[in-house]
Amino acid sequence: MGAYALQMEGITKEFPGMKALDHVTLSVEKGEIHALCGENGAGKSTLMKILSGVYPAGSFDGRIMIEGREVSFRNIKASQEAGIAIIYQELALVPEMTIGENIFLSSDLMREKVLNWNRIYAETKRWLDYIGLDIDPQRKLGDLTVGKQQLIEIVKALTKHAEILILDEPTAALTESEVEVLAAILKDLQAKGVTCIYISHKLGEVMRLADSVTILRDGQTVDTFNVDEITEDTIVTKMVGRPLTDYFPYEEHEIGEEILRVQNYSFYHKSTDEKIADNVSFKLRKGEILGVSGLMGAGRSELFISLFGGYPGKSYGSVTIDGQSANIQKPSDAIKAGLAYVSEDRKRYGLVLGMEITKNATLAALRNVMPKGLIDASLELKSSEEMTNKLNVKTHSLEAKVDQLSGGNQQKVVLSKWLFTNPKVLILDEPTRGIDVGAKSEIYKIINELSQQGVGIVMISSELPEILGMSDRILVMADGTISGELSREEATQESVMKLATTRRDNHDPVIN
Amino acid sequence: MTQSSTEKPAEKKLSFKFNAQSYALIIALMMIVLIFGILTGGEFLSSRNLSNLFAQMTVIAVLAIGMTLVIVAGHIDLSVGSLAGLTGGIAAILQVWFGWDTVWVVLAAISAGALLGLWQGWWVAYRAVPAFIVTLGGMLIFRGILIGISNGQTVAPLNEGFKIISNSYLPYSVGYLLALVGVVLLFFSAWRNQHKRQQLGLIIEKPIKIYGTLIVYTILILLLTYMLNRYNGIPVPLLIVIFFGGLFIFISNKTSFGRYIYAIGGNEEAAALSGINIKRNTLSVFVLMGALAGVAGVILTSRLNAASVSAGEMYELDAIAACVIGGTSLMGGRGNIVGAIIGALIMASIDNGMSMMNIETFWQSIVKGLILIVAVWIDISSKKQSSVSS
Repeated sequence: MGAYALQMEGITKEFPGMKALDHVTLSVEKGEIHALCGENGAGKSTLMKILSGVYPAGSFDGRIMIEGREVSFRNIKASQEAGIAIIYQELALVPEMTIGENIFLSSDLMREKVLNWNRIYAETKRWLDYIGLDIDPQRKLGDLTVGKQQLIEIVKALTKHAEILILDEPTAALTESEVEVLAAILKDLQAKGVTCIYISHKLGEVMRLADSVTILRDGQTVDTFNVDEITEDTIVTKMVGRPLTDYFPYEEHEIGEEILRVQNYSFYHKSTDEKIADNVSFKLRKGEILGVSGLMGAGRSELFISLFGGYPGKSYGSVTIDGQSANIQKPSDAIKAGLAYVSEDRKRYGLVLGMEITKNATLAALRNVMPKGLIDASLELKSSEEMTNKLNVKTHSLEAKVDQLSGGNQQKVVLSKWLFTNPKVLILDEPTRGIDVGAKSEIYKIINELSQQGVGIVMISSELPEILGMSDRILVMADGTISGELSREEATQESVMKLATTRRDNHDPVIN
Repeated sequence: MTQSSTEKPAEKKLSFKFNAQSYALIIALMMIVLIFGILTGGEFLSSRNLSNLFAQMTVIAVLAIGMTLVIVAGHIDLSVGSLAGLTGGIAAILQVWFGWDTVWVVLAAISAGALLGLWQGWWVAYRAVPAFIVTLGGMLIFRGILIGISNGQTVAPLNEGFKIISNSYLPYSVGYLLALVGVVLLFFSAWRNQHKRQQLGLIIEKPIKIYGTLIVYTILILLLTYMLNRYNGIPVPLLIVIFFGGLFIFISNKTSFGRYIYAIGGNEEAAALSGINIKRNTLSVFVLMGALAGVAGVILTSRLNAASVSAGEMYELDAIAACVIGGTSLMGGRGNIVGAIIGALIMASIDNGMSMMNIETFWQSIVKGLILIVAVWIDISSKKQSSVSS
């Protein structure tokens, strides 16, 4: 193969009290797609922040060479001038501006004395055509789905004619078809000689898209492979440093009597009066793990948020919990009735990030630590210590703020919070999104334990292997209704996908 | 466990940073006191002046206590200056024109404050109008009402019984007794807390650290009491501040309401999904703020022995500044009452020290404005550092 587009050698970066990177080496050949894998906290993001100049030269040890020439970036602008563009997991776009304005925001087109809007929007149209999106360039960016916004972000990087493009978890919010678009773009770029560094937790994509992969663990380079000479399992093993015998530790467990029954449930959008879920009925039994699958926009999350009393629109239908008819108007009603809802977006809906672990853990059941009507701080600490130990939350202190924890540990804090309410039914919405492999398997273990204790579990997930691996029974949703139900034995990737795509024939799932 | 060995250093760093942040405020206060002490040849630190200083800070301190809750909940209250003026005016009118007894006058003023707070809180919580707008409106409305009901006149003088609220001192012996009770309570609660943690098998801090801090507090309390007793004794308004400070620290630490407003300010959506009633708790915050504005109004009228139409003007900004200097984040979710009271003390020290030095008043505004900006800058840059490292 050709010369190296990028070499990072002996990169060591220390933060007060911890070594984030320890003599990391990364060599990327020109024109290849190079995946960077590792658990959360392995140092991937830190390494990319060094490469893109977020951490300026001098704040770390080691050498960076681009096309064989040593470089030192004092800031982000310097790295951009050297042809490095980075697309972060969190979007850096302005929702209130149009697509065109966003794409060319920092380009020369925006620096002319009088802006040539016709040209800006014509260029935008050309780029949108290139990635196969048929949208008006003057549309407000905030109107697009997150997946589309992600594609716009990628386009924005492309307009800068980057030679090294870094993508940090680009597909986390993309639908299947959008991932295809991205894959096509990457292949096209590769043909044009652009080098890509691709950070992802989705190993299937890594195997499909990347040419080679470098694995980091605990701030050190484990190894670099060609994807041809390695399997997904080996990558996982190298990432966690131990063999993961079973991804989905499904265990036979007893399924008891009915705990939740939803009948003819419908609800409406808060402002448009559009029906979001139509006549949904299903049951859940004690100890049962009910997987809920479906494409993005099928209304899975909305349905369960609405059942939990957290959705502002009107709703009709009957909900019975443990034999008692439940009238749930607001989340506190749901909690009283024995429901718990772990949101798909833990930072937005699950946690108060600036608050201590303890206080987050007790937030939904504060009464439990108020024996005399007042918060007993010692009891609170004790109870949350027990709960977080049970769930193996790794932290140096329970009085640390949750924003200092990794994604997996944050998710465990959210779980702690809901287990504190002693739920009869636990609704998990994408319980393992964005967390690393090790923490994932711990969360599966927790789910299994809870089901053995007789908690009814609803697990909404977009990851089919997870749904197939964990569920006793699977509900598939499409267009706001339940399009089918499959037993554990019946369910396969194909049978689930078939149900998920029914009634969506002339309905583009991607455009809002 | 596996975490102990790798995470230890982070813990050390964290506790150091936490200490540095909370001590920064006290160090700033001490530096200001020291500078003025030197520049005024010790006059700033005289018993008489300390006594004045504490009397001066009370109105802003009482407002800042409530403002902390409002800001922590993610809102702002621009009306408190006008509201303190209005409630003080109502108090004066009821007593001077209608001859009400002091007790009823005080109750009426506080109730009026709570009621108007309720009205504003309803707009914010149940009608979703931003607090900035509602209370900006309130600022104009309350000032207008005050001018209307007082016919634009200064209402004075008040009864002897009303005047003593702000203009009296505790007898020396009572002062020492209270200081002593306070010290004993401090030690007792620290001891009980440790005892409890021990019973539950939780980590206990080193006794040297706990009791060392307590001894420093004790020395400060006794020294302050001594200094104040060398003049007229502990001023009653200072006692009012300590009372409300203690009450609201209790509310914010020990009640679910207190916990919930931190959660609401920190992440309203997560709080709502945790079963917290956002609207009712938000409403309560404004009711409490209104009541405290009533308290501040009473103290103000009592101190001036009159209610004027311009009473309390710009106090809302001083109160907000005190909170912010004390470490309350305008983004919501973070702040503490002790900090706000110290912030009020810093603001009052600057006013007091500069006027002692016969520096023209316009300089006070300029210096206070600069200190506000620098305080927030220090806060932000210290946070930035910690977020980069995590």
